[in-house]
Amino acid sequence: MSDLTRQSAATLASAIARKEVSSEEVTRAHLDRIAQVDERVHAFLHVDRESSIARAREVDQQLAKGELSSPLAGVPIALKDLLATKGVPTTCGSRILEGWRPPYNATIVDKLNAAGVVSLGKTNMDEFAMGSSTEHSGYGPTQNPWDLERIPGGSGGGSAAAVASFESPMAIGTDTGGSIRQPAALTGTVGVKPTYGGVSRYGIVALASSLDQAGPCARDVMDTALLHTVIGGHDPRDSTSINKPVPDVVAAALNADVRGMKIGVIKQLKGEGFQAGVLERFNQSIEILIELGAEVIEVSCPHFEYALGAYYLILPSEASSNLARFDGMRFGIREDDGKNRSVEEVMSATREKGFGAEVKRRIMLGTYALSSGYYDAYYGQAQRIRTLITRDFADAFSHVDVLVSPTAPTTAFKIGEKLDDPLAMYLNDIATIPVNLAGNCAMSLPIGRAPEDGLPVGLQIIAPPMADHLLYQVGSALESALADRWGGLLISEAPTL
Amino acid sequence: MTTGYQAVIAEFEPIIGLETHIELGTNSKMFCSCSAQFGGDPNTHVCPVCLGLPGSMPVVNRVAVESTIRMGLALNCSIAPWCRFARKNYFYPDMPKNYQISQYDEPLCSDGYLDVTVPTENGPGVFRVEIERVHMEEDTGKLLHAGGSGRIHGATHSLVDYNRAGIPLIEVVTKPILGTGELAPEIAKAYVSELRDLMRALGVSDVRMEEGSLRCDVNVSLNRQGEGWGTRTETKNVNSLRSVERAVRTEMVRQAEQLRLGERIILETRHFNEETGDTTSGRSKEEAEDYRYFPEPDLVPVAPSESWIKQLRGTLPEIPSVRRARLQNDWGISEFDMQSLVNAGALELIIASIDAGVQPSAARKWWTGELTRVANERDCELEELTVTPADIAQIEGLISEGVLTDKMARSVFEGLLDGEGNVAEVIDSRGLVVVNDDDLLVEAINQALSESPDIAEKIKSGKVAAAGAIVGAVMKSTKGQADAAKVRTLLLEQLGVKE
Repeated sequence: MSDLTRQSAATLASAIARKEVSSEEVTRAHLDRIAQVDERVHAFLHVDRESSIARAREVDQQLAKGELSSPLAGVPIALKDLLATKGVPTTCGSRILEGWRPPYNATIVDKLNAAGVVSLGKTNMDEFAMGSSTEHSGYGPTQNPWDLERIPGGSGGGSAAAVASFESPMAIGTDTGGSIRQPAALTGTVGVKPTYGGVSRYGIVALASSLDQAGPCARDVMDTALLHTVIGGHDPRDSTSINKPVPDVVAAALNADVRGMKIGVIKQLKGEGFQAGVLERFNQSIEILIELGAEVIEVSCPHFEYALGAYYLILPSEASSNLARFDGMRFGIREDDGKNRSVEEVMSATREKGFGAEVKRRIMLGTYALSSGYYDAYYGQAQRIRTLITRDFADAFSHVDVLVSPTAPTTAFKIGEKLDDPLAMYLNDIATIPVNLAGNCAMSLPIGRAPEDGLPVGLQIIAPPMADHLLYQVGSALESALADRWGGLLISEAPTL
Repeated sequence: MTTGYQAVIAEFEPIIGLETHIELGTNSKMFCSCSAQFGGDPNTHVCPVCLGLPGSMPVVNRVAVESTIRMGLALNCSIAPWCRFARKNYFYPDMPKNYQISQYDEPLCSDGYLDVTVPTENGPGVFRVEIERVHMEEDTGKLLHAGGSGRIHGATHSLVDYNRAGIPLIEVVTKPILGTGELAPEIAKAYVSELRDLMRALGVSDVRMEEGSLRCDVNVSLNRQGEGWGTRTETKNVNSLRSVERAVRTEMVRQAEQLRLGERIILETRHFNEETGDTTSGRSKEEAEDYRYFPEPDLVPVAPSESWIKQLRGTLPEIPSVRRARLQNDWGISEFDMQSLVNAGALELIIASIDAGVQPSAARKWWTGELTRVANERDCELEELTVTPADIAQIEGLISEGVLTDKMARSVFEGLLDGEGNVAEVIDSRGLVVVNDDDLLVEAINQALSESPDIAEKIKSGKVAAAGAIVGAVMKSTKGQADAAKVRTLLLEQLGVKE
């Protein structure tokens, strides 16, 4: 098999299953690629070459004994550093957790292990998943493989960049307001935020519990479907996980047919603030969907204009509480000068030193929003907006099967460009945030490069809760139509580094 | 003190309120599968969830919800068809997540009542205490301050034991209790006692007060007649029935003194000193701590179905007040006697003794007599004594077998109370053996007769009543280890006298 790092996860898995190549060879090829390019991309925070190879050998032995039958057995993966991994450093991109090795695995890590998937390491991210560029990582930014002077999106920029730079065929991301989809759009890859409750959150360090959802990142729709199937499903340790079977997303990806489907274009997510080249590619994709036999109509979601405001009250509120446990008492760093300080002083000094500016900003926002006397005006009001946005979606889905929009308003911007302007940074997620507020599922897939800068553009497909299969059905149809035009996937046009 | 208290009552009306936290007796913790057993080596009953490790998530213990609903039903509360947990946010190192999962504005049970019986001048009276709410929450860990007196001041460092963190608690909150008058302390005590008995009867907790599994916060305010409510204080962590009563009383007296001096009462928490019975100022609540409550997003709402509630209602046992009435009738005792034995904290111990095989009258005799006297002397609760219902059953058995005399039984109790070991060990170490050897007894009788020939003559002449003196002498010479009735029979035989 030619360059192992250029293959899809599905191709690698079947080659491994047929013993044409070993998991160890595939894993080594990717580790070599990481060694070759990651100094420039900085997608990874932690790689342990020897333990990944040892794990690949173990999987090879299991496969030889016929003990594994998973569709992704032996394929390597990159894990966002927000996932608890037993004995393996887990920092969440924060200095406050430097040196912490969790004593347990996240449920999805256990599921990946059981499926014979081999971890290559932990990927970079905005600190505690707060950001849209990976610049808020406590360990330095990740570079976009398409242009190393640009950001790869965030918070899961590390996972997207690892996939886009062929360091890993697939990755796990988490998506609270777009952290899987926006990086996918900016790196020419595919990312899915499953239905809230579709994938266990147990062991995923919480940013905003009511919005967080882990999901698959890969270079094509089928790979994300395979990965989605492995990580999805009910988990008794996460009581917010849905006790129903995972929708058959693999069958849906194979059934790449949109004939007779009704697709809604969200009126509020295609005008002001969207880059011209992004809209141009988006409109072309709509034409393609119509050519493929879909009926496209415009729908209005009038409350989406309040989504960003509601999101930036709910997220900081939950985050301020979720992040209270990082106090230097039980894990991570402890800032103690040995001068017999009080516990309050040690907690305060630890948090002052360990948290970055964006994390502190959001903790303060959330603490304020939950304060007595302000709760109703901020948190309470935001919850009401959330209900209205959920109703907007329900109304829309009474007319159409799926909704579409550009994933992000712009292509990847330059590193440092928006760092001093939090509001400009927050606007990156204007199209992705409503999905998290309502608990729907959504996919971003590449639909070409913006004419003005040559950078990837993503299209977002949104489906109702537990209708994740529709994302794959539509995504797969659009992907193959585009691949026919381009003579392959968009990602093959990315610089080889 | 009494006159002081009477003077308080003459001038002021008290309003009290009680918040009681009780650990549920579930096998596992509130939100994880760790053991909820008391004790254990520090930090051995812990996991990622109750240690609050990043990424871990709580899952509600169904048995704890069930226990809370049953408690709510027994307290005549309505059960919420839908309610949520909430996070109470504050930083403290005994709390692993720096927030406590509790319930806030959506308690599982609300608006109930509990009738309690208190002694009044006209005999026992029933007082209805209204219940505001019953809700679920998790307990915190325990801090141990080392290198000093054990208190935080002067300690060189502190250690945390998270075994207790996450143990399910229910909190029962009363509405403000009005109209108690001088009975406020007794009603407070009777309420907590009744609550404890109810939880035991329901089997939702064995309420081991000595292990701190029931903790009471006592709210007290005073106002002059016709005036609005006074400012309250909240005395925290009052952990025994007697202390509840004392805390109410001392706080009433203290507040009255302040008010008479024209000083205002400060809204604050106070600490109760078990040794002195005093309360001391704690944290001021004038600038209330903001707990930033919000619904716990890691848990789904609790929505008990009507059929589940109905099924749980069917599992409610006879409630303590009904059971008391039944037992009073069975035992043929007066309401006053029943109330005294309840006030002494003896009822459950008597029942347990009867269950262990003791005759009801004997069980009552021991617990309300000798043992109550000792408990009063030692200023402790009956159940804190080192005598168990099983001990009483064993001792009563030995008496009926003739192995122990009544007098020797008292000596066994003394030994038990002084911690000399179990019944067998005390009998052994104190050498308590009934002298049953007839030859030995006859020898002792003859010895006594020869020492008092005049009494011997009296008996022979038919004055059988004089036998007591000889029996007494024999009992003395055998150090009380003979059976007096048997000595008497042998004595009369020896002298050829018939009754």
